[in-house]
Amino acid sequence: MNTSLEQEVKSICASCDNDRTRMMDIVRAVQETLGYVPGHAMDLIASELGTHRVEVESVVSFYAFLSSRPQGKTVIRLCDDIIDRMAGIEHIAEVFKEELGIDVGETTDDGALSLEFTPCIGMCDQAPAALINDVPVTALSSDRAREIVQGLKNGEMPKKLVHRLGDGNNADPLVHSMVQNNIRKRGDVIFSDHTSHDGLKKALGMSPAEVIREIKAARLRGRGGAGFPTGMKWDFTRGAEGEHKVVICNADEGEPGTFKDRAVLTERADLLFEGMALAGYAVGADTGILYLRAEYAYLRQYLENVLKERRDKGLLGKNVCGKEGFDFDIRIQMGAGAYICGEETALISSCEGLRGDPKNRPPFPAQKGYLGRPTTVNNVETFCCAVRIIENGAAWFANLGTHGSPGTKLLSVSGDCEGPGIYEVPFGITVHELLKEVGAENCQAVQIGGPSGQLVGPEAFDRKIEYDDLATGGSVMVFNNDRKVLEIVDYFMDFFIEESCGYCTPCRVGNVLLKERLAQIMNGKGTPEDLPYLERLGNTVKTASRCGLGQTSPNPILSSLQNFRSVYDELVKPASDGMQPSFDIAAALKTSEEIAERKSTVFTTA
Amino acid sequence: MTKPKVATTSLAGCFGCHMSLLDIDDRILKLVELVDFDKSPVDDIKTFTGRCAVGLVEGGCANEENVHVLQDFRNHCDILISMGDCATMGGIPAMRNTIPLQECLDVAYKTGVTVYNPDNVVPNDPDIPLLLDRVYPCHEVVKIDYHLPGCPPSADTLWEALVALLTDKPMELPYELIKYD
Repeated sequence: MNTSLEQEVKSICASCDNDRTRMMDIVRAVQETLGYVPGHAMDLIASELGTHRVEVESVVSFYAFLSSRPQGKTVIRLCDDIIDRMAGIEHIAEVFKEELGIDVGETTDDGALSLEFTPCIGMCDQAPAALINDVPVTALSSDRAREIVQGLKNGEMPKKLVHRLGDGNNADPLVHSMVQNNIRKRGDVIFSDHTSHDGLKKALGMSPAEVIREIKAARLRGRGGAGFPTGMKWDFTRGAEGEHKVVICNADEGEPGTFKDRAVLTERADLLFEGMALAGYAVGADTGILYLRAEYAYLRQYLENVLKERRDKGLLGKNVCGKEGFDFDIRIQMGAGAYICGEETALISSCEGLRGDPKNRPPFPAQKGYLGRPTTVNNVETFCCAVRIIENGAAWFANLGTHGSPGTKLLSVSGDCEGPGIYEVPFGITVHELLKEVGAENCQAVQIGGPSGQLVGPEAFDRKIEYDDLATGGSVMVFNNDRKVLEIVDYFMDFFIEESCGYCTPCRVGNVLLKERLAQIMNGKGTPEDLPYLERLGNTVKTASRCGLGQTSPNPILSSLQNFRSVYDELVKPASDGMQPSFDIAAALKTSEEIAERKSTVFTTA
Repeated sequence: MTKPKVATTSLAGCFGCHMSLLDIDDRILKLVELVDFDKSPVDDIKTFTGRCAVGLVEGGCANEENVHVLQDFRNHCDILISMGDCATMGGIPAMRNTIPLQECLDVAYKTGVTVYNPDNVVPNDPDIPLLLDRVYPCHEVVKIDYHLPGCPPSADTLWEALVALLTDKPMELPYELIKYD
């Protein structure tokens, strides 16, 4: 590395106070400057931060958006989720390959452009989509793909490829994006225009215990999907021993088919930050962190500016809103492309500058979270709800939705429907009512809650979307009658295999075994015994994995076995002779016959 | 009443599981009261003489002959048991599974540091069974009814399992018998 680059890396480290826990920011900045994080840069970072190279390397190798090998100056990441596949991303990929003269996973000879696939980037409502560096390009067509490659080859900046701006704040110069909000239904809580903007002020007039009591009275539950009572979580954090408590906002919505936080971050950033400050006051925190997924980096400048404006107005910083002794500020922590970081303890690891590995519980984050401090991690939507509850009172909120699931829920609907986009609906809406609303009454299946949720068919369409029935963090994917159920399941298993952090064997290995057996069934080589095998193994993976990923990763198989049993039954055939239909002796002997230059005398191998 | 018959074989294994079977010591006298041995290295019967109640298979499938024998076992045995880790999971022979076949042969017969092979010949007599592309655990080739883990499963484990099966009693394998660390 030449001296100037060395200087650059050193100054990046210095700008983060040579603080090892800021590793994510440091390697991201180095990647941005050099285009990748080469080995000698890792050595240098390690020595500047007083740590070991392996600490740096483990971070660089973990995250999809970081690379230790040279990448193109511009990286094109095609969104490869199931919805984008249905919308023809594979065809778009062909066009990119042809125009660039490279395969997916390669870089052009001049080192200018790389082409990759990436899991859901949160644009399912405007698929097929891609990220060009940080810039999302949506509703791609072959012509548009050719135009983009031409533009990039002519040296245009990715941002210049955006000709038509999206609605709302997407057109803000700091966002400058073609993304459409697609907010199709505004409810009373998040996207309501009737707001007094005084939730935080009102909260500061109450005691923290009163604020928490109000949140509890509203029966607010976490919007990420698991539905833990927010008031209780705040209470635990408030009661935990330790200084400098932390409020983290989980804006890492990586569950395929989820994009509701995108719209909240774009249109309700003030409400979110207000909610974080309110939570900070309630739990007695002084630090706020917004963990923003790398796919939403295009919103960062805008969000930083909103934070700055709030600081200028005294809504963040020392003595927030003039409240003596309440100091609270928020920093943005960028992610780097890892689904697992949506899991709260993995997210905390990531904020601490580590690989996004989940942590053991207990201790729970409320006891010992970020850097060992009591920490509350909440969903973007949860913080927004909290503000509205304080604004309008617990009773108002508790009267919306159902008893066990009060309030409204943001659903991001995509796939085979007329109106893909975001719907704010009261909890308790049936699948059927929702499908009517989105224009998809004649469909075969709906995936509720993303791959980790449930795949349900028409006989379940009168079930309710709420925590006690069909829980969802927001993802609703609609599949029409032409779609193949097992292909969807197969795709989801691929996703989990790719995103497993690898720590727990049942998750790392079990998901691969599940997928292999599923593939056998899909190839017509399955036997009826394979179905109980899938159930047994699926339940083992669920029980024996320590974080939410492993505990839900067999769901695509388990829920389709439950709800689409006939699809499996039609494919499996009993093997009456006791032989495994999946074992192919001819294929197993092929290499050997080639090497030995003779045919098997035991088996006929054609 | 005629005694039920038991057959055993060692495919890609080391015969360690069979040694473990012999480790039942004097209980072998009780065993012959319970059963007759059919095709097995124990009595050196080479081909099945009839239908068997139980087949014990040691080792996975590394070559075509292994597959042939295993299928023969499936055709002749009511209950087929994978005995030991090689039969259950491929075991030590399966360590070659991540290495291409040609490379395995090259290292074994040509380039390995301990190889003495002045003529540089890789054995290829028509009588030598062809290797499979990888080593398969038995249940990937035929349906297996029970798996007995262990390298080898202890004599007590084998004894308990066999006796339970032959006397139609529930199998009692306490933790100590199936714990291998």
